[in-house]
Amino acid sequence: MSKVNLIIDGIKIVAETSNTILEAALENNIYIPNLCHHQDLDPVGVCRMCMVEIEGKPGQIIACKTYVEDGMRVKTESEDISLIRRVSLELIHANHTQDCSNCFQNNQCELQKVTAFVGIDEDRFRRIRKTRPFIEIDTSNPFFNLDHNKCILCGICVRTCDEVQGVNALDYGKRGFETLISTFANRPIIESECESCGECVTRCPVGALYPKNNQVPSREVKTICSYCGVGCNIFLGVRGDIIVSSRGDRDSIVNKGRLCVKGRFGYDFINHPDRLKVPLIKKNGEFVEATWDEALDLIAEKFSARKNEKFASFSSARITNEENYAVQKFARAVMGTNNIDHCARLCHAPTVSGLAQTFGSGAMTNSIDEFANARTIFSIGSNTTAAHPIIALHIKKAKRNGAKIIVANPKEIDLCKHADLFIQHYPGTDVALLLGMIRVIVDEKLVDNKFIEERCENYDEFMNSLEDFSLENVEKITGVSKEKIAEAARKYATNTPSSIVYAMGITQHSHGTDNVIAISNLALLTGNIGKESSGVNPLRGQNNVQGACDMGALPNVFPGYQKVNDRAVIDKFEKAWGVKLNDTIGITHTEIITAIEHGSIKALYQVGENPVLSEADANHVKKALQKLDFFVVQDIFMTETAQYADVVLPAASFAEKDGTFTNTERRVQRVRKVIEPIGESKPDWWITSEIAKRMGAKGFDYTSAEEIAKEASALVPAYAGITYDRIEKEGLQWPCPTKDHPGTKFLHKERFATPSGKAKFVPLTYKISAELPDSEYPLLLTTDRSLYHYHTSTMTRKVKGLRVLNEEELLKINPADAKAFGIDDGEIVKVLSRRGEVTVKTQITDICQKGVVSMTFHFFETPTNELTNCAVDPIAKIPETKVCAIRIEKIEK
Amino acid sequence: MQECLDKVFKNYKGNVEELIPLLQNVQEESGFLSDCAMSEIAKFLRVPKSKVYGVATFYAQFRFKPKGRNHIMLCRGTACHVKGAPRILEEIEKNLEIKEGETSADLEYSIESVACIGACSLAPCITVNEKVHADLTPQKIENLFKRKK
Repeated sequence: MSKVNLIIDGIKIVAETSNTILEAALENNIYIPNLCHHQDLDPVGVCRMCMVEIEGKPGQIIACKTYVEDGMRVKTESEDISLIRRVSLELIHANHTQDCSNCFQNNQCELQKVTAFVGIDEDRFRRIRKTRPFIEIDTSNPFFNLDHNKCILCGICVRTCDEVQGVNALDYGKRGFETLISTFANRPIIESECESCGECVTRCPVGALYPKNNQVPSREVKTICSYCGVGCNIFLGVRGDIIVSSRGDRDSIVNKGRLCVKGRFGYDFINHPDRLKVPLIKKNGEFVEATWDEALDLIAEKFSARKNEKFASFSSARITNEENYAVQKFARAVMGTNNIDHCARLCHAPTVSGLAQTFGSGAMTNSIDEFANARTIFSIGSNTTAAHPIIALHIKKAKRNGAKIIVANPKEIDLCKHADLFIQHYPGTDVALLLGMIRVIVDEKLVDNKFIEERCENYDEFMNSLEDFSLENVEKITGVSKEKIAEAARKYATNTPSSIVYAMGITQHSHGTDNVIAISNLALLTGNIGKESSGVNPLRGQNNVQGACDMGALPNVFPGYQKVNDRAVIDKFEKAWGVKLNDTIGITHTEIITAIEHGSIKALYQVGENPVLSEADANHVKKALQKLDFFVVQDIFMTETAQYADVVLPAASFAEKDGTFTNTERRVQRVRKVIEPIGESKPDWWITSEIAKRMGAKGFDYTSAEEIAKEASALVPAYAGITYDRIEKEGLQWPCPTKDHPGTKFLHKERFATPSGKAKFVPLTYKISAELPDSEYPLLLTTDRSLYHYHTSTMTRKVKGLRVLNEEELLKINPADAKAFGIDDGEIVKVLSRRGEVTVKTQITDICQKGVVSMTFHFFETPTNELTNCAVDPIAKIPETKVCAIRIEKIEK
Repeated sequence: MQECLDKVFKNYKGNVEELIPLLQNVQEESGFLSDCAMSEIAKFLRVPKSKVYGVATFYAQFRFKPKGRNHIMLCRGTACHVKGAPRILEEIEKNLEIKEGETSADLEYSIESVACIGACSLAPCITVNEKVHADLTPQKIENLFKRKK
C-alpha cells in the first residue's frame, strides 16, 4: 500500500492511497461532519455533510467518496460549504422528531454532533419544518424497535444488512417524501428475513433503531461468548449485579465486533430466576435443599465406594479448559478410571478419529479470519448461518471478495442464497459425492502431483480404490447430476486457495469417520491444505468443545491427546499427579450409557450436559439413567437430565468465573468473571476439587483457575507457551510450544502431525446409512439447528426474545410429501420411528427435498432424539443422528 | 400465479438488469405486482426481496393492488379541478366506500386520480375503463355508483 502527502486545512498529512479524504481527515483528528459514513461500509455519499473543496477543482466534492491523491490541497470550511451543509441538515431536521431528551441515543447521536458543528438557521428551519404524519413505531422484534420518525435515511442499516450481514432484510422503499427504510412489502420486521443480529442497531447513528433493553451499563467486562465454537469476544455490561448488555469487541480478530442474535441479546439466562442456587439432594424421590457440606460429603462417600471401573464421568464442552482438566484429573487420579468423555462424542468424534489418521491432528487447520481470502469455499454438511453465524459472515465476506461458494447439503439452507453452486445430495451419501469429485479431478488431471509426491503417502493404493466411484454410479447414489459434481470438482481444484468447511452433516453418521477421511483425501489430492486460506475446517459446535478435547476429557487420551496406554505418557502423568494411573482405555459416551443399562457402571458424575435430549435414541438414555446407584449432576439449570440425579450441584455460569475457552480455530481465550456467582453456586473447578479433597486426594488444592491452567500447560506441549498474561488482550492459537512462540495460524505448513510427517491417503468404500426409509417408515429424518437456539435450549429458552423468535419445533417437509400424506401447513402430526414417537407442528417448505424431513432437537416438548437411531460409527462411536427412518401419522380429532 | 410467472420468466435470462422489464412484464400479465409475484421475481433473479420491493415502489408505474373490474380514472386537471373534481372524488369514495388508490374487496371497483385525461370541454369528467362520463354532478355519481347493499 503506497502513501501520499496531502494538505488538509493547511496541515500536512500522510495517508494511504486506499483512504478517502474523510478517512484521512478523521484519522488525523480533523473533524468533517458526516452522517452516512461508517468505517465498516462502502461509502455512498448521500448525506451531503462531508462536502469539501479541493484547490484547482471547481465546486465542492464529497470527502467520503473521493480518494486522497498526492499533493492534494483540501479545504474543509468555506461559505459555500457551510451553506450546503446547513441547507441539507435543515432538510433532515425538518422531518426529524425534535425530542432528544427522550431518545435512547441522546448524547451519542451523530445528528446532534453534526448539528452542533454545522448549526441551523432557526428561521428557515421553522419555515420548512413539516413533520410527516406520525408513523407507528415497529416494535415487532423482541429485541429492538424501529422508529421511522427519527430516521434520517442515511442507509447505514440497509448497507449493514447487505454488506456485513448479507441478509438484506431492509432497503429503501417508496420515493420522494414517502421514502422510508422498509422490509419487503413494508411488513413488520419480525415478518421479514431479519435475523435479529442487531448489527444495524449498533450502527444506527440516530435513535431510529434502538434496543428494547436500553439500560446503560455502569461497567463492562471483556469475556468470551458462551454460545457456539466461534468464540466471539464480547463486553458484558452490568448494572449492580445484573447483566444488561452485550456488545462485540471491534478489536477482536475473531468477530471484529460483530455478533449474532444469541451473542448480542441472549444474556438473560445468566440472571434468570430459575438458576440453581443451592445444592439439592433427592430424598424419597423429591429434591430437598442441602448445604454444600452435606452434598459434597455425601458425594465423596458414595464415589469412594465406586472407584475404578464402576464409575464414569461426563465432562462438558461448555465449561472452561481448567474445569475440564480438573474433571478428567478427578476421574483418572481419584476414581482410577479412564471412563471420561463428553458430548464431542456426539458431534466431532469422527473429526478427531478421521483427521488424526490422515493429518495427525483433528482440528480446524485454518483461522476464521483466513476465509475472507479463500478463492473457493466448499461448505458440506454445515448449516453455517444457523450454527456458526459469525463464521458465515466471514464466508459471505469471501463471496464479496470474489470467492466462489459451493454448498453441498441435503437441505436448501440459507447459505445457498450466496452460493455459486448448490449440490442437494441425499443424506448419508457424502462419501460417494466426495469420491465422485475426486474421480473428476483425477480423470481431468487436476491433481497436485508435486504436493502428493512431497507430502503424502499411500497415494497408489488410494488410486486403486476409486473404481466404484464412476460418475454414473455416484449420480445414482447421491441424486446429483454428473455435471454438477464435475463443476464442483473443477472449481474446488482449480480456483485456489480452496477451503473446506464442514460440521455435523459430515460427522453424525454411522460412517462419519469415512466422511471425514473422504474430505481429507479431496484436500490432499489438490494440495489444498497446509496453506493460508486453504485447508480442512471442521466447525466445532459448543463454545469449548475444542478445549474439552484438548484437556483430555476423552477416554483414550490424557490432556494434549497423549495416549493413556503409552507407558512413557503414563509415567509423565503419574509423576505430575503423584498417583498410580489406570492404563486401560475408558469407554465412550455412547458406551457409558449402554454400560449403565447393563449394570457395569453404577455411579455417574455429569457436568453441564443434557443427554436426555441430546443423545440419539433418548428413551434408551432415560431407561439407563434410572438404573444408576448414584448420579451427580452439576449444572446451571435443572435440566431434563438433572431430574434423574441423586444430587444436583449449582454451578456458576461463564459470566461468574475466570478461565479459558478454546474456540474452533484453536484459539485459547480468556473468560472473565463479570459478576459474583448467583446464589450459592460455585465454579465447576471448585466443586470438582472439593469432591476430590473430601475423598482424601492430593493435588486439588487450587485457589484459582489460573493455577490449574499453569498445571495443565506444563503437561500439554501445544499449550506450553500459553499463559494468562499472554492472552490478556488477544487469544493465542495452539500449537504454542514456548513462551515466545506466536501461536499457529494454520496447521501442517511444513509437515503433518503424523509420525512420518506425511499425510496419508486412505482408500474408502461407500457404506449406506444404518437405517434407511422402507415401506413401513417411508421418510428420512435428518436433524438440524435453529439460529435462535443452542443445543438443548437450556440457556436460550430462558431468554424471552429468543423464545419469541422460535417458539416451537417444526417438522419441515417438502410440499410433495405433505400432499402424499395429506398434511396441511401448520398441522400437528405424530412422527414415529422404530424407537419412539413425538407430536410436532409441520411446516411445508421446499428447502427439504422430496422424501427428506428435518427437525431440530431444541425443544423438550418435542424430544426429536427419541426418534433418532443410536447406530454408531465403529471407530468414533458417534450415533447416527443425521439419518433415520420415520413415518407420519395424522392425529384424529 | 406460478404459471403466469413461469410464462414470463421464459423470456428472461435471470440477470439483475432484467428487474424492471420483468416487473413491467409481470404487471402487464397480471394487472399488478402481488407480494408473491415480487418474491418469485427476487428468487428468479437472485436479488434480495427487499431490493425488488424498493425498486418497484420507487416507480409510479407499478401498482401493488389489483385493478377493479371497473377502473375509475378521475381527472384532476385544471378545468376539472375548477369545476369541482374534489367534490366528485369525495362522492365516488362515499358511494364505493373505498379511498382513492384503493380497490374494493370484491375487486369490482378501483379509483385512481390522474392529472388530465384531455377532455377539458367535458369537465368535470371521469373514465370508467374506456367509457368517458362527462359534466358530472354528485347526483350523476350516485346514479352511476350507488352500490346495492
